[in-house]
Amino acid sequence: MGASLVKLVGKRIGLSIILLLAVSVLIFVGTQILPGDVAQSILGQSATPEAVANLRAQLGLNDPAYVRYFRWLFGLLTGDLGNALSSGLPIGPAISERLANTLFLAFWAAAVSVPLAILLGLIAVRHRNGFVDKLISASTLAAVSLPEFFIGYLLIYFVAVKLGWFTSVSTVYDGMPFLSRMSAIALPATTLTLVVLAQMMRMTRAAILNVMQSAYVETAELKGLSRSEIIWRHAFPNAVAPIINVVMLNLAYLVVGVVVIEVIFVYPGMGQYLVDHVAKRDVPVVQDCGLIFAAVYIGLNMLADIFSILSNPRLRHPK
Amino acid sequence: MSSELEYLSHRVAAGRLTRRDFLGRAAALGVAATVANSMLANAVMAAEPVKGGTLKAGLQGGESTNVLDPALNLSQVNFNFGKCWGELLVELKPDGSLEQRIAESIESAPDAKTWTMKIRKDIEFHNGKTVTPDDVVATIERHSDKKSKSAALGILQGIDTMKVNGDEVVVTLKDANADFPYLMADYHLVIQPNGGKDDPNAGISAGPYKVTANEPGVRYGGEKFKNYWQGDKLGHAAQVEIVVINDATARTAALQSGQVQMINRVEPKIVDLVKRIAGVTIRNVAGKGFYPFNMFCDTAPFDSNDLRMALKLAMDRDELLEKILRGYGSVGNDFPINESYPLFTALEQRKFDPEKAAEYYKKSGHSGSILLRTSDVAFPGAVDAAALYQQSCAKAGIKIEIKREPGDGYWSQVWNKKPFSESYWGGRATQDQMYSTAYVSSADWNDTRWKRPEFDKMVIAARGELDQEKRKKMYADMGMMMRDEGGLIVPFFNQYIDATGKNVEGWVNNPSQEMCNGYALALCWVAA
Repeated sequence: MGASLVKLVGKRIGLSIILLLAVSVLIFVGTQILPGDVAQSILGQSATPEAVANLRAQLGLNDPAYVRYFRWLFGLLTGDLGNALSSGLPIGPAISERLANTLFLAFWAAAVSVPLAILLGLIAVRHRNGFVDKLISASTLAAVSLPEFFIGYLLIYFVAVKLGWFTSVSTVYDGMPFLSRMSAIALPATTLTLVVLAQMMRMTRAAILNVMQSAYVETAELKGLSRSEIIWRHAFPNAVAPIINVVMLNLAYLVVGVVVIEVIFVYPGMGQYLVDHVAKRDVPVVQDCGLIFAAVYIGLNMLADIFSILSNPRLRHPK
Repeated sequence: MSSELEYLSHRVAAGRLTRRDFLGRAAALGVAATVANSMLANAVMAAEPVKGGTLKAGLQGGESTNVLDPALNLSQVNFNFGKCWGELLVELKPDGSLEQRIAESIESAPDAKTWTMKIRKDIEFHNGKTVTPDDVVATIERHSDKKSKSAALGILQGIDTMKVNGDEVVVTLKDANADFPYLMADYHLVIQPNGGKDDPNAGISAGPYKVTANEPGVRYGGEKFKNYWQGDKLGHAAQVEIVVINDATARTAALQSGQVQMINRVEPKIVDLVKRIAGVTIRNVAGKGFYPFNMFCDTAPFDSNDLRMALKLAMDRDELLEKILRGYGSVGNDFPINESYPLFTALEQRKFDPEKAAEYYKKSGHSGSILLRTSDVAFPGAVDAAALYQQSCAKAGIKIEIKREPGDGYWSQVWNKKPFSESYWGGRATQDQMYSTAYVSSADWNDTRWKRPEFDKMVIAARGELDQEKRKKMYADMGMMMRDEGGLIVPFFNQYIDATGKNVEGWVNNPSQEMCNGYALALCWVAA
């Protein structure tokens, strides 16, 4: 059985890598068919034809597309992300700092929101259709219904400006002490938590309620176990697979979808970095960012699959 | 001391309230004149700059694609940070005249073609080297190189040769230019060691602050340069920091909660709200920027001056100023110059006159609607301005059709390409620069297709004229010609609207640019 499990997980990982390669081809092709010439856009409108030709040769733009694709891919694999067109500086260091910031914020938002969502879901099931359940559902749904920028502005107005508890300018930088870093990301992390909480909470509640209909739960009840014990020991472990899927989707959102939050809270993450370079038609940076986002997304989905397989013996034996 | 009195006395010290007013207000609060007078003396003494500490600005206009190379400075954040670490040959004073910085003097031969710049001795770069005339020449060389991407390339094209002569730099121009010293005040021309040829992004010059943090699109930091050649005259805070805050609401919140002491670009529509925040001061100054409606003088139907005149007369400038800029600006007069420029002469103000507009419109023989292109990016409120203009034109029987263009590509596809569109100009240091950039036949950015050989001749003649009175007269004639025949409709000139937080002092409005011409961080301090 152990061998078959390893095989299954191996297959998932293999599939993810193939998917990632396919995405890299798509990103490369997509950015190649954009109108305009890279050399021309670096040099600007007043460039002489000779200068453009020189730069094209220097950048290797005269090679066939597949050669350029493999050169880019090989560079990525060896950690060379190329140079940004707009500044001429290497992309690697800049992007890794931004990525680290994004992951830092996503990590803390997840560290708060995931346990909180699951806990709230469990409590809601425990008090199904009671006042507590309705209160939890209503408040989380209200939070998710508000646009994220609005939640951000509300927090800025009340918590940063009126109460002065936390800063509204979440700029973080190298060498910032850990505590001030945490205080800086308090508001964006709270906003993100409010945005992702409802979906995970609702899914936890629905998945467990679904399991609660099963015969073995009835048996457990007849055995005389308390309701909390049933939920925690019997229902929750069997409801974990769909919850993991939703959690992973939300984690992916926390990494790739927070550009609005970054702008409002002035947080130096990947989103703003990508948007700035799209505006400048800085293709290498856009390609690299695109691939990183794709890798995060595919990676998290792969993890969701693997955890589901591990948590549910039935999935280990696909028909 | 009551806090209101304290506040008032600071206002006097900051030059925003007269002494007489202060004494009057103090009396109203029941304070005897002698006490009030002594309080005033204290406040003025306290108005001595407070040294040390950190001064922070939250600014709009920075992207993660920015670099420190002054040649490529285009955004507001780089402009402001450049003034912290960079030093120029000369700088524009608030009254529009020049202050000598690295250049101790700039003198011209009588023909205004040969200019001699005397370079100050003993100015030190941040890397410890001394600023030499060779560094100055190298800097100008780098920016004026044909292959250079410098934004100052255009204004330096008139330079023929440069040579170092002892502690002087002698520049020979291709044509006479009485404004040459003003060109050297361009904010891109930061003097760098060896002109920045070795490493343009090093961030080393001779300005009041040394670069300590350079995170494009995020934040910039500087610490006071101990050997700054002007000593304590500029740069009172020990550290300065710029946080890039592109979102207007976030910027205001950061100022309100005291995380930054100054912000730029307060939107006209929220100025009145920001004013009500305790401790916040709005700093607005009339600038040289304007928001034109451009007509191509060589393209039908705008090739008829009668039609152009009709369209000019059909604009209700007062209404536009009130509704679009909430009064934070001044009405335009259909030529690109206002009182913020040296050698300005006020011309008769053009008024909204639908009847006369209808007359001219009839005379032009045009019928049918006229297509006006606009976009959100043309200027803040551009689309609304187009709609208001459409209505005032309707009163004169002129039918305007508005086409709203996408912001992406507006500057490459619409502006300077289509015959009638909205736009903006930031203004230039001198009238000559403004006219040569956009209103001579050969200019690439001639966005009204104003091609008049006689006007070109006037521009060149005025440029070479050293007699300022004669020159002033020439510029008045040129303005009049543009006003009555040009393809430019100017609804209004805008203002730079910045804001400072609690007890920020030392601010000096400068019409050249926002944030005290970029020196706000070096000029200001926070009073205790």
